Amino acid sequence: MAAKTLTIDGKQISAEEGATVLQAATEAGIKIPTLCHLEGVYDVGACRLCIVEITGTPKLLPACTTKVAEGMEIKTQGGRLQKYRRMILELLFAERNHVCAVCVSNGHCELQTLAYSQGMEHVRYDYTFPKWGVDTTHRLFGMDHNRCILCTRCVRVCWHIEGAGTKNVAGRGGRSKIITDLNQPWGDSDSCTECGKCVMACPTGALFHKGLTTGEMEHDRDKLEFIVTAREKKQWVAAD
Amino acid sequence: MIYHDLIAIKEKELAARKKIVLRCCMAAGCMSSDAKGVKEQLVKAVAEAGLQDQVEVRGVGCMKLCCEGPLVQADPQNSLYIKVTAGNAPSIVAALKGGKANAAQTDPDAAFFKQQFSIVLANSGVVDPERIESYITADGYQALHEVLHEMTPKDVVEAMVKSGLRGRGGAGFPTGLKWGTVAKSPGARKYVICNADEGDPGAFMDRSVLESDPHSVLEGMAIAAYAVGADQGFIYVRAEYPLAISHLQIAIKQAKQHGLLGAGIFESPFNFNIDIRIGAGAFVCGEETALMASVEGKRGTPRPRPPFPAESGLFGCPTLLNNVETFANVPAIYRKGAEWFAGIGTEKSKGTKVFALAGKIKNTGLIEVPMGTPLRVIVEEMGGGAPDGGTIKAVQTGGPSGGCIPSQHLDTPVDYESLGKLGSIMGSGGMIVMDDSTNMVEIARFFMEFCMDESCGKCIPCRAGTVQMHNLLDKIANRQATARDLAKLEELCDMVKNTSLCGLGQTAPNPTLSTLRFFRNEYEALLQPDPFGPRGSGAANQPELATK
Repeated sequence: MAAKTLTIDGKQISAEEGATVLQAATEAGIKIPTLCHLEGVYDVGACRLCIVEITGTPKLLPACTTKVAEGMEIKTQGGRLQKYRRMILELLFAERNHVCAVCVSNGHCELQTLAYSQGMEHVRYDYTFPKWGVDTTHRLFGMDHNRCILCTRCVRVCWHIEGAGTKNVAGRGGRSKIITDLNQPWGDSDSCTECGKCVMACPTGALFHKGLTTGEMEHDRDKLEFIVTAREKKQWVAAD
Repeated sequence: MIYHDLIAIKEKELAARKKIVLRCCMAAGCMSSDAKGVKEQLVKAVAEAGLQDQVEVRGVGCMKLCCEGPLVQADPQNSLYIKVTAGNAPSIVAALKGGKANAAQTDPDAAFFKQQFSIVLANSGVVDPERIESYITADGYQALHEVLHEMTPKDVVEAMVKSGLRGRGGAGFPTGLKWGTVAKSPGARKYVICNADEGDPGAFMDRSVLESDPHSVLEGMAIAAYAVGADQGFIYVRAEYPLAISHLQIAIKQAKQHGLLGAGIFESPFNFNIDIRIGAGAFVCGEETALMASVEGKRGTPRPRPPFPAESGLFGCPTLLNNVETFANVPAIYRKGAEWFAGIGTEKSKGTKVFALAGKIKNTGLIEVPMGTPLRVIVEEMGGGAPDGGTIKAVQTGGPSGGCIPSQHLDTPVDYESLGKLGSIMGSGGMIVMDDSTNMVEIARFFMEFCMDESCGKCIPCRAGTVQMHNLLDKIANRQATARDLAKLEELCDMVKNTSLCGLGQTAPNPTLSTLRFFRNEYEALLQPDPFGPRGSGAANQPELATK
């Protein structure tokens, strides 16, 4: 493999031929924000957060699908890139019902983390408050479409790592939806192997393990009383 | 089939030709107003008048003046009947022997027809699209024969470069350069695809070409396939064009029967087959990478380029993708020569362009004019201006990816560069004329709604951005927006244009941007005072709020 030398944000680096700009930047310690990219599966260049400016190219290109070339001059930061990234995140938050406070992924959500890191202080666009459902028909996992950002990571891991091909996208535009099999309840799916890769891949709380949602976090107060009663009265009886 | 057979077919056709031809437009527009009934009655009337030996009633493709359909033209009398009903048939046949028919007529030498320069539409309205013999009589497949026997693939590409033809799908990429790139791309298997997924609102050029002259597209594809080294072609046509699909199917079948498609075409070692793929109603499938995904049987969504289809296209093979009109230009270029073609049009835009003239204009229909023809000639002379004494306000070109050209720029020559300078695009050829009753904010909202509905949903700027832009346009149109909303809209337009994955998103803001450029006052007239004052000024400018 021949090496290519290029400049990213003024830093001279070398990268293997065939590497993407994102790979080259990561190797050189330059962080480019990503969302639909997931290490280990092929890239689709859909979220547009990793867009970079390349000297001589009028269009902004996604770092995840653009291959390095000799002498490339790349800018990963800067006025309009920052602004566009923030706007993309604002659009995502306005698109579905992202309510961090009641989300299983609150605190370890890639969308949330990105919003912080990109300085998204508030959403200037009107929230659309679409009516999306939650599919909890599966024994182990749940899918909350309200939190889905359509990054298609789940679809890609399901097809290309697990090879099950359970997950897919139906509909188009804002009505696009991640489906299981031919748009059946997840619990009825014949092809799902219950491997859980989709849940591992999900950047938000859209796909989750059951039992972790806020609604399922029941406080078992009676048990405290039960133990105290046992200690004080030396009797294992339930409080009446 | 050898050259001699081709000429024999032509001679046989010419020998059997009758003295009088009644050409009935059987394209979709006229069909929708009972052209079929008209034709049947004409055949009956001819039989009743005992003129079967002298009169041929020929079903032909689009005769261009769609607003006056069904159209019937009598040759050599040169009488063009408009809005013909089945009841008019006996009188039209009677008038062939002299006298005046009891049917409305229009002047076939009017500016609408006279100013046309036909290359792509040369056979439209003349040949019977359901008979290959009719196309062969119009010198069809002669170019293919010459190319296969007199030229190397390299010569073919060079001639295409020399002709200066540019892609008629909208972007205007030099066709010769594209052919050359595919020809040079290494690969055992290559494909040629014809993009017939015409989806712009108000555009029907490609449909007419397919309905009226399908063989010219097949011949163009075969020549292209020889040039690039492909042996398989696909025509991706939208399901909403049933007549075009049917004519294509008939044409492919006839071409195969005559050895003009299939193995060893014209007794040469060149093999080429064409299959039809039918779209399922997604506008985005007109985008080349989404189209190829759809042909492959996958969800029709675009993917980032590079790699371009010329290197890695359908099934990962080098693929040549051209639009219907581009392919329809090809046979004429090889029949009449690249120099001839390069002599038509302007310095950078060669040849002609077909436009579907629609909207607030007297003569709606199909026109083909040399590149560089001023818009004014098209809309005022050929189109006859706005109906009912209105004045033309703007001309929209390029559909949801294009822009509105205001009336003060009507003298703009129609070519790729001039339209681009005005913030519009040539597009595939939809031309919607608007008169002074048109609300430009509504126009922008309409096109934004179209893009919002047609966004595939893959990339965020297009999927979510069009929703927000439509929302803001809606607010403006409903007099609920402030200057702040307008600023937000402009900011979103810029962002969606620069960050979207494919052409759909990248051009979705164009109708809004172009109406903002030329008709900003219409937007501003709808804005409401901002209760919070201009940004940064707080309530200082709003004393009644400050005191509350």
